[in-house]
Amino acid sequence: MSFMTKPKVHHPNLPKNKLGLTTRDYEGGMSTLCAGCGHDSITAGLIEAVWALDIEPHKVAKMSGIGCSSKTPAYFLREAHGINAVHGRMPSIATGAQAANPELHFIGVSGDGDSLNIGFGQFAHAIRRDVNMLYIIENNGVYGLTKGQFSASADVGSKAKYGQVNENPPIDPVLTAITLGCGFVARGFSGDKDQLIPLIQAGLKHNGFALIDVISPCVAFNDHEGSTKSYAHTREYFHPAIHTDFIPPREEIKVEYEKGKAMPIELHDGSTIVLRKIDVDHEPTNRAAAIGYLERHREAQEIVTGLLYVNEDHGGGVGDVMPPKSLTGGAAIRDPKKILETFQSTSR
Amino acid sequence: MPQVNDFTLKIATVNGTGSASANGLLMKSIFRMGVPVMGKNYFPSNIQGLPTWYEIRVTDPGHLTRAGQVHFMVAMNAETFAKDQAEIAPGGYLFYDSTWPRTREITRDDITVIGVPLAEMINHHFVEPRTRILMKNVAYVGALAALLDLDLDIIEQLLKETFGEKKAKLVEPNMEAVHIGYDYAKKHYDCPLPLHVKKADMTKGHVIVDGNTTAALGAMLAGANVAAWYPITPSTSVMDAFTSFCAKHRHDDQGQPQYKIIQAEDELAACGMVLGAGWMGARAFTATSGPGISLMNEFISFGYYTEIPAVIFDIQRVGPSTGMPTRTQQSDINECAYAGHGDTRHICLYPADPREAFDFAIRSFDLAEHFQTPVFVVSDLDIGMNEWMVPELKWNESYRPDRGKVLSAGDLDKLEGRFGRYQDPDRDGIPWRTLPGVHPKGAYFTRGSGHSEHGTYTEDAAEYQRVLDRLRRKFDTARKFVPAPYIDYARSKPVKAGIISLGSCDLAVKEARHNLKGKGTEFDYCRIRAFPFTDDIRQFIDEHETVFVIEQNRDAQLKAMLQAELDADARKLVPILHYNGLPIASMHIEAAIEDHFREAEAS
Repeated sequence: MSFMTKPKVHHPNLPKNKLGLTTRDYEGGMSTLCAGCGHDSITAGLIEAVWALDIEPHKVAKMSGIGCSSKTPAYFLREAHGINAVHGRMPSIATGAQAANPELHFIGVSGDGDSLNIGFGQFAHAIRRDVNMLYIIENNGVYGLTKGQFSASADVGSKAKYGQVNENPPIDPVLTAITLGCGFVARGFSGDKDQLIPLIQAGLKHNGFALIDVISPCVAFNDHEGSTKSYAHTREYFHPAIHTDFIPPREEIKVEYEKGKAMPIELHDGSTIVLRKIDVDHEPTNRAAAIGYLERHREAQEIVTGLLYVNEDHGGGVGDVMPPKSLTGGAAIRDPKKILETFQSTSR
Repeated sequence: MPQVNDFTLKIATVNGTGSASANGLLMKSIFRMGVPVMGKNYFPSNIQGLPTWYEIRVTDPGHLTRAGQVHFMVAMNAETFAKDQAEIAPGGYLFYDSTWPRTREITRDDITVIGVPLAEMINHHFVEPRTRILMKNVAYVGALAALLDLDLDIIEQLLKETFGEKKAKLVEPNMEAVHIGYDYAKKHYDCPLPLHVKKADMTKGHVIVDGNTTAALGAMLAGANVAAWYPITPSTSVMDAFTSFCAKHRHDDQGQPQYKIIQAEDELAACGMVLGAGWMGARAFTATSGPGISLMNEFISFGYYTEIPAVIFDIQRVGPSTGMPTRTQQSDINECAYAGHGDTRHICLYPADPREAFDFAIRSFDLAEHFQTPVFVVSDLDIGMNEWMVPELKWNESYRPDRGKVLSAGDLDKLEGRFGRYQDPDRDGIPWRTLPGVHPKGAYFTRGSGHSEHGTYTEDAAEYQRVLDRLRRKFDTARKFVPAPYIDYARSKPVKAGIISLGSCDLAVKEARHNLKGKGTEFDYCRIRAFPFTDDIRQFIDEHETVFVIEQNRDAQLKAMLQAELDADARKLVPILHYNGLPIASMHIEAAIEDHFREAEAS
């Protein structure tokens, strides 16, 4: 991925967070993606969300696989360590990294090819292990870097840039995640920043695996008539099921609480997600209902967005014996000589 | 014919009948009688029902390797009876369960046949079906105790230790079964036989251990605290043992676990997890075998190029492909040395026995962090799963983990200018690294794509090549840090021929040298303990007219690497190859060397 340093000139009146930092301090290198790429909007959303949560940039580990989406971690949080793994295998890197140091915030950015084709196994197992991370799929239905092949999220009948028609049914990351037991599942649209930023904030604060599938049109290879991942198609079939607000801890919670329409959910650190139901049929805390709801709207070819499923009692971490603290300091064993002798005493 | 304290006993049984513990009991009782002993388990890739063998060599000369001959066969498996009988050296003994008459099947008159109606006696004494199967094995231990003069007190003590206080009530029926066999043999045969065990004092300062357990212990004591793996024979017991050691010893003052072991969904993920943890700064490893290394290649290549420490224990088994999963070989030598796509090469350590597996496990973590790269400990099934008698393991009190060149928060505070991840300020090829979360100035992007000395993406020809050349320089630096070869010159006078070998061939080579010396020919010996190869290996080859390269694979992998890496004269290198899945025996080596000289003379 190309890397160009951005000029770091601050507007004197840019708002500062509690750390005294502006959003410019959360930026990365200059994007080399195509002009208009949805991924850049997601990057902008990430910058704003992490800034607003007052997270020190270097306390984040950002990770990705291979592909256009996987370039994006270079474009935010220049003071955070990043790792660009091999194709589809970012989840295993994230799992190991988090096992070693659960004290950091983990942001994984992947693509539909990366997560749903080559990396589908690792994606599923990271959910199953409930790795404590925000996992964003920048979903455009095509392989951009190899110039326009269908990915596993392409809809049946959708057309590629040069007219080929996709014959295989799509894998829906949202439904997949819910059925695998993921405790935080959302869908956004790169063109709807207002909806996306609270989702990212809430996902970062969720204690466990938080998936956000973001429809992010590819302007080079999948923004034409016949594509179901184009800007035009997404805007036409966009169906917000729920609106999400994120409220950090210690701020007064002001919710226009109308019975049956709004739902505050307190997270482990005291922050709150407020879900405002736009579609009264949606039950985002009921797994079976959420699956049924999504299936109904999928059949109607609608792209349902918002925080689609959340399990507020969800734990987090890799398995049940997750070390509480970082293991990176080099753990010395007490009295190795005695341990060795005890072992050998049973070996004679 | 074999002598007292110098013979091979082989037991043929059926997999899943509990014979392994009976055979372990036999081996350990001989060890406790002070007589050196070797045990090899030849078992099928099957849970129950197929033939399995256990070979015990009693050897007061201390040749703890296969001799290649059997002097006393315990033929408990009807299916393999004829084959087992045929294997006995002339003058040897055939022991069988005479509950089932085999008079017509016993075809040899140059051996002594001993029949003991084990099943009949045990079925008469015990009621429960599973107990009858298990106790039949314990009964042959009793019969052998009489025939070979083993100490019953030692056997009883071993049973008490095996069952412990929780299962103490099992000691009594086991001893009853021992006595059933013992008493029968005493009554019907002249005990002990001319071939038997006599107490000695030669095992003090030694232990009986397997290499997978010692490797796991070494890893834990070296500070390994993250492990990820996918089950595969014959490496699984590394992780089983590591799990057990960590559960006992790796907790903080509040009793919280200070380790994480993850059973991954496959070897790709296992390797990714290890690299993720290594990138973050933990000491992380995986254990696998050849097929697992195949799957990990993509990540090994990534780890090499991104310079992330990782330790990979490869417990070699028979390939290609699935091969024979429970048989031993040394056929991953090339696979480990050059794993990955592109120009990759890796530090490999080749332990020869469980004690060295322990030492090299510790060393591998230091090398991985010092050189910021994946390091392989290339062991094998013979070392890993068989019980070896080795000198006691030693702990170096002054050991401190070598964490390599890591910039601390304090270092980064003082840093002026931009941190350059892949620079080479010390001119040894080893860059400085930073760990995530430590300091904003340490941030860089780790990527498997072409990168500059600052870690930024590049396709610039010169910048790419600079990093690649430094990686080569780093590998050259490693030559000075890896374990030196073990070189032993013949003492009497300079000799024309030498032997090069590695890993678990060691004891067979040593015995072959001993025996050939007895026949009047001496050989110098160089055992390679690591890759990259050191200059003294080149010198060893230069010093000799002929160098036998002994290894356990078909394609002479080590020999090919010696030619490629040291530019060694191929005409000098004579391969001696053993690759049938059983551990190499001294007699294979002696025969091959003698054949070579005979043919050379004839031509």
